[in-house]
Amino acid sequence: MTSRVYQTAGIIIKRHKFGEADRLLTLFTADFGKVRAIAKGAMRPGSKLGGNVELLTHSQLMLARGRNLDIVTQAQAIDIFLPIRDSLELMSCGFYLSELVDTFTEENVEDREMFDLFLNTLRELAEAGEGERILRYFELRLLNHLGYRPQLGKCANCSRLLLPEVNYFSPAQGGVLCRECGYPDMGARTISVNALKVLRFWLRSDFATASRVKLSIELTTEIKSLMREHIRYILEKQLKSIEWMDTLADGGHLNGDMAADQL
Amino acid sequence: MNPDFLTTARPISRLIQELNKLPGIGPKTAQRLAYHLLQAPPERSRDLADAVLGIKENLKLCTICLNITDTDPCGLCADETRDVTKVCVVEEPIDILPLERTRKFRGLYHVLHGVISPSDGIKPEDLRIRELLERLNRTGITEVILATNPNVEGEATSMYIQRLISPLGIRVTRLARGLPFGGDLEYADDVTLSRALEGRQEM
Repeated sequence: MTSRVYQTAGIIIKRHKFGEADRLLTLFTADFGKVRAIAKGAMRPGSKLGGNVELLTHSQLMLARGRNLDIVTQAQAIDIFLPIRDSLELMSCGFYLSELVDTFTEENVEDREMFDLFLNTLRELAEAGEGERILRYFELRLLNHLGYRPQLGKCANCSRLLLPEVNYFSPAQGGVLCRECGYPDMGARTISVNALKVLRFWLRSDFATASRVKLSIELTTEIKSLMREHIRYILEKQLKSIEWMDTLADGGHLNGDMAADQL
Repeated sequence: MNPDFLTTARPISRLIQELNKLPGIGPKTAQRLAYHLLQAPPERSRDLADAVLGIKENLKLCTICLNITDTDPCGLCADETRDVTKVCVVEEPIDILPLERTRKFRGLYHVLHGVISPSDGIKPEDLRIRELLERLNRTGITEVILATNPNVEGEATSMYIQRLISPLGIRVTRLARGLPFGGDLEYADDVTLSRALEGRQEM
């Protein structure tokens, strides 16, 4: 172990109440990967840390190594992504992104590429003002980076080149199946030619290029459920924030129920 | 095993352990309190025990505002001098106290008993939002003041509730977010300062 105090930039991906006024933070840092640290007194009004260690803030942090958990001694926000905070939809995308990063990463494993991808995604989200496409692109890049890239060129079972027709997608086989292999596979679902094209295109494009794709509503829904199934298969669980995003997309079903009650 | 067990009589160490579970009470404070109670007259222990049990046995939620109360409706809802057209929405019963201390608000309250927190799996159905909407439909409330905490979950909850209420044609306001009194610009975070600028007022 080198110095007791260290500095790094990080994004706050999770925070819990800890004791009276402290917060237990999970940070995704540029230089040390995922780190857990205590922000003392962060919940008191007028705390210097307070808003600088709020969820989804990109901050310059100074941390001191503790016996068990590190301690945040200073924090200065670099980017607060205000547009994300001002929109319920974007904030929900943010909740999902942070849960995704938290679930897919291990503590204290440095991963600069992942940090940059995450940071760029948040910037993009704040600028674009629209989430779905950005989330899907992020999911694909995340899987790609962590070694879960779905096989999209050849059939994941028989390795034949895929024809430009409706094929099948199987999370268990880790990619697209041709018609013959996919049809009898109960765990596989259909994937349209366009969806396949978009995924292939995203895999080889950067943010700017990827954002040129305009998706129809049908295509957005298809890619969303496809990615969701794939991620769920890998994690063997559904992320908690998904349910909330669905509630929102429904226009808040609490309202619907209320209207029905009054009939 | 905790070495104190060998030197401390079991009833005392049990009390210390229990006190230690309370917020803000560390092992030393717990010890001091335990020994204090040991030397104090027995009535004091009995009163304390009664009071502790009393909060579990005699308290319920007010059927109107869902605040914790021993009478139903609660003292605030039963108070006829209060402005029944305004309702202030708070996260927890404890949030009512600081608002009441200001003596600036004479309306009624509604306690949500939590905030939406997608990453903890807390959904709108887990809060008392439905009760709020029913209340708005039933009574002549003309303004809803959202006073959830100024953090991401609080903001999300407020925005969500605002979305549900706006079709009802009721005015929805949010507590201003800005600089704390006695604070220092130098130490203000960017969100607070941005909000303070947005919400600046004519002098």
